[in-house]
Amino acid sequence: MSEKSLEDIIPEVLVIGGGIAGMQAALEVAEKGFKTYLVEKTPSVGGRMAQLDKTFPTLDCAACTITPRMVETGNHPNIELLTYSEIKSIEKDGTNFKAVIKKNPRYVDVKKCAGCGACAEACVLKGKIPNEFDESKGKRSAAYVPFPQAVPLKYTIDPQRCLTVTKGKCGKSPKCKEACKAGAIDFGQKEEMLEVKVGAVIVATGYDLFDAKQKPELGYGKYDNVITGLEFERLVSSSGPTKGDILINGKKPKSVVFVQCVGSRDHTVNNEYCSRVCCMYTAKQAHLVRDKIPDAKVTICYIDIRAFGKGFEEFYERVQKEGVVYRRGLPSEIYKKDDKVVVKAEDTLAGEIYEEEADLVVLATGIMPRKDSKALSEMLGLEHTPDKFYAEKDPQDIINTNVDGVYLAGCCQGPKDIPDAVAQASGAAALAAKRIAKKK
Amino acid sequence: MEEKKDLKKEYELSVCLQCGKCVAGCPVSSKSKLNTRKLMRETLLHDVSKYIEEKSEIWECTSCNTCAERCPRGLEPSKLIRALRGYMIEEGHIAKSVIDALESAYKYGNPFNMPKQKRADWTEGMPVKKASESETLYYVGCVPSYDNRVKNVAKSLTGCLTKSGTDFGILGTEEVCCGSEIRRLGEEGLFEELSEGLKSALKENNIKRIITTSPHCYNAFKNEYNLEGVEVFHYTQIIAKAIKEEKLKITKEMKKRITYHDPCFLGKQNKIFDEPREIIKSIPGIDFVEFDRSREKSLCCEGGGGRMWIETESTTRLSETRVKDAVSMGAEIIAVSCPFCMLTLEDAVKTADLEGKIQVKDISEILIESL
Repeated sequence: MSEKSLEDIIPEVLVIGGGIAGMQAALEVAEKGFKTYLVEKTPSVGGRMAQLDKTFPTLDCAACTITPRMVETGNHPNIELLTYSEIKSIEKDGTNFKAVIKKNPRYVDVKKCAGCGACAEACVLKGKIPNEFDESKGKRSAAYVPFPQAVPLKYTIDPQRCLTVTKGKCGKSPKCKEACKAGAIDFGQKEEMLEVKVGAVIVATGYDLFDAKQKPELGYGKYDNVITGLEFERLVSSSGPTKGDILINGKKPKSVVFVQCVGSRDHTVNNEYCSRVCCMYTAKQAHLVRDKIPDAKVTICYIDIRAFGKGFEEFYERVQKEGVVYRRGLPSEIYKKDDKVVVKAEDTLAGEIYEEEADLVVLATGIMPRKDSKALSEMLGLEHTPDKFYAEKDPQDIINTNVDGVYLAGCCQGPKDIPDAVAQASGAAALAAKRIAKKK
Repeated sequence: MEEKKDLKKEYELSVCLQCGKCVAGCPVSSKSKLNTRKLMRETLLHDVSKYIEEKSEIWECTSCNTCAERCPRGLEPSKLIRALRGYMIEEGHIAKSVIDALESAYKYGNPFNMPKQKRADWTEGMPVKKASESETLYYVGCVPSYDNRVKNVAKSLTGCLTKSGTDFGILGTEEVCCGSEIRRLGEEGLFEELSEGLKSALKENNIKRIITTSPHCYNAFKNEYNLEGVEVFHYTQIIAKAIKEEKLKITKEMKKRITYHDPCFLGKQNKIFDEPREIIKSIPGIDFVEFDRSREKSLCCEGGGGRMWIETESTTRLSETRVKDAVSMGAEIIAVSCPFCMLTLEDAVKTADLEGKIQVKDISEILIESL
C-alpha cells in the first residue's frame, strides 16, 4: 500500500469531526498554510468537550478554553467549515482522496441568519424537545442552536421534530418564519452534495458513551436519581439546565455516590478496556459536589484508581483531603428506598458489605467506539483494533493508519483525555502537512 | 497439590479483579459468612482443600449465579463453590440431609426419598400420553411430581398445554431427576449419571422438543446437557406463544392485583423475562404490578443450589422480604414460574404471618382459571 511518488498530491486536507481533536488538527494544518475542510455532523463544532463544565486536574472552565478555539476555527481563512454535514462517500484516488460531503438542509439560510433566536422563541414546540447538548436534561425548540456559544451561531430546524418538515403544516403558517426579520427561514432547502479532492484525511470522529441501561442492576433509566457522568456535567455547568445548581427533583443531594468503571473493564458488555478518563472526571465531579454542597457525603466506588497523567495523582490526593471517601469495590445492586436509592457494595479493603442510601448516584460511563464508525472505515479501508476503535498503524505509532494519507486524532483511535487528544491531533496535522507539502 | 492447581486454572482465579461485585450482588452475602471474592482469593493463594471443613458457609450459596452473571472479568465464582462442595462431599463434611438427598437421587431418581412408581401419581384422572407417543416431552420434574402442593402446577400446566392443542407425552414413572440440583450440591458424578440416563430416554422415545415446569430443569437441558436436535423450552415460552397465536382462548377475567417474581434460573440466567409477564397481562382484569427488584435484579428466593436440603443459620429469609414487599404493593397474588420459588414463597407467607393477605400461585394455575 506504500506510495512511491506523491507528485500529484493535492495540497489540501479533509478533517472529519469537529470536536477538540478535529478543531486542533484543522487549525494546525490551516496555520501551516494549507486549505482544510472540516466536516462536522452536528450543527456546531465543539464536540464533547463543549459539554463539560470543568477540566481535570486544573479545574479550568472547559467552555472558556474551547470557545476561543471554536471561534478561531470558524473564522480561519484556510478552513472551510462544513457543519451539519457528513461524509457520503470517500475513496482513495491515486495518492489523493475523493470525498462527497452531504450538506444537510438547516432550513435556515446561514447567509441571512443573524443568530438572534427569534425563530426559537416563536417555535410552537419551544421547551418541548430534549436538548441533546444537555444530555436531554434541558429542553429546546425545533429551531435551535445546540448551545449559546455554537459556531457557527446559525439556527437549525430539527427535521425530526419540526411540524412543517414532518407534517407539512404548522398552524396557519410557521411561527418561526413569521418571527424571522431577516427572512432566513427557508423550508425549500434541499440537501447539497459537495465533491472535494484532498491529499490527506484526518479522522477525528470521537466516541459514544456507554449506554448505562445495559447494566440494569444499576437502575439507570429507571430511577431519576441515577445519572451518568456527562449528565452530571450538564447539571453542574452554569450554562446547563439548572444553571449549575446540583438539583435532583428540585433538591440538593446530601449523599452522593459515584460508581466507576460502568461499561469499562467489563466482559459482560464486551468492553475489556479501560476508558482512561473516568477516574479523573469522577474525582473532579466529586470535588465539584464538595465545592457546591459542602455538607454532602461523597463516596466513590472504584476498582483501581488510574491517576497517571501530569498532576493527576496530586488531584486525587486533594479530593481525598477534601473528605471524599474512596471505597474499593464495585456496587452490584442499586434499588429504591422511598425517594432515595440504596447502593449495595462490598468495601473490599474493609471486607465489609454495606448499603449506602444515596440521593444521587453518578455512573462513570466509559468511552465507546462510535456506533457509525464502521461506515467510514469501510469506505476508507481502515482497520479496527479488537476493541472496535480505529486501528493505529502499530502500537508505537498511534497517528498513522493502514491507509497511507489517513491519520487518526482523538478518541476514535481509543479512549484518551483532552491533552492527549490535542497532542495526537497536532501530530496528525504535522504528518498530513508533511505529506501534502512534498509537492513543493 | 494437584487439585489446587486445577482449581486455579479451571476457574482462572489469577484473573480475579477482587472488585467485590460478586459479593455485592450475592443474595446471602449480607447475612452469611459466604464471601465469594475472598473465596476466589484464598483458593488462588492457598490449598483450600486442606482446610475445607472450615468453609461450611459455601453451603449457603443458592446457585442463583448473580456472581457470575455480573463478574466484570467473566469469571464464575458459583462454579468454584460447586467444586469446593465436591471436595466436602469427598471428605465427608456434609450434612445428613444432603447425603439423604443424593442417595435418594441415586436410588430412586428423585432427591425426596419417594418411590419411583409414585412419580406419575399426579396424573390420576388426567389422561396423558406416553413419551413414546409424541415428539414433544413434557418433563415434569421432581417437585411437581411429588410435592402435594406443586402437583397442582403439573396438573394446571397439563390443562393449559392440552387446551392450547400442544401434543406432548410424559416419561411417567420412567422420568428421573435432571440432576441440576445434584450438580449444584457438588455431586458432578451423579449429575453425569442422571443426565446420561435421561439422554438415552430422550433418544429411545425420539424426542425432538422438551417443555419443562421448572427453570432449573430447563437450564440443565438447555445449557448443560449438550443435547443435539432437541429444542428446550420453559413452559412460559410455549404458553405465551400459544396465546399470541390465539391457540389459547382466554374467556374469563380476573379482578386481581398480581405481581410476578422472576426465578433466577429463568430470568438472570436465561434472560426469559417477557413471556411470563405476557401471559399474566393477557388475562383481562388483572392489575399487574412490578417489584422494584425485578427482572435482572430480582431478589433470589433462596430455594436453589440444593438449599432445599440444607439448614442454614441465616436469620432473615429473602423470601419473607419478597412477600412483605408484595403485600406492601397491594398485590393479592405473587405469580411464580418455578417450583422452588413456589415452595419458598408459600413458606414465607406462613412464617411472615401473611396468610389470607397474599397467595402464591404458579402462572399456569392463574391462567387455567381464566380459560
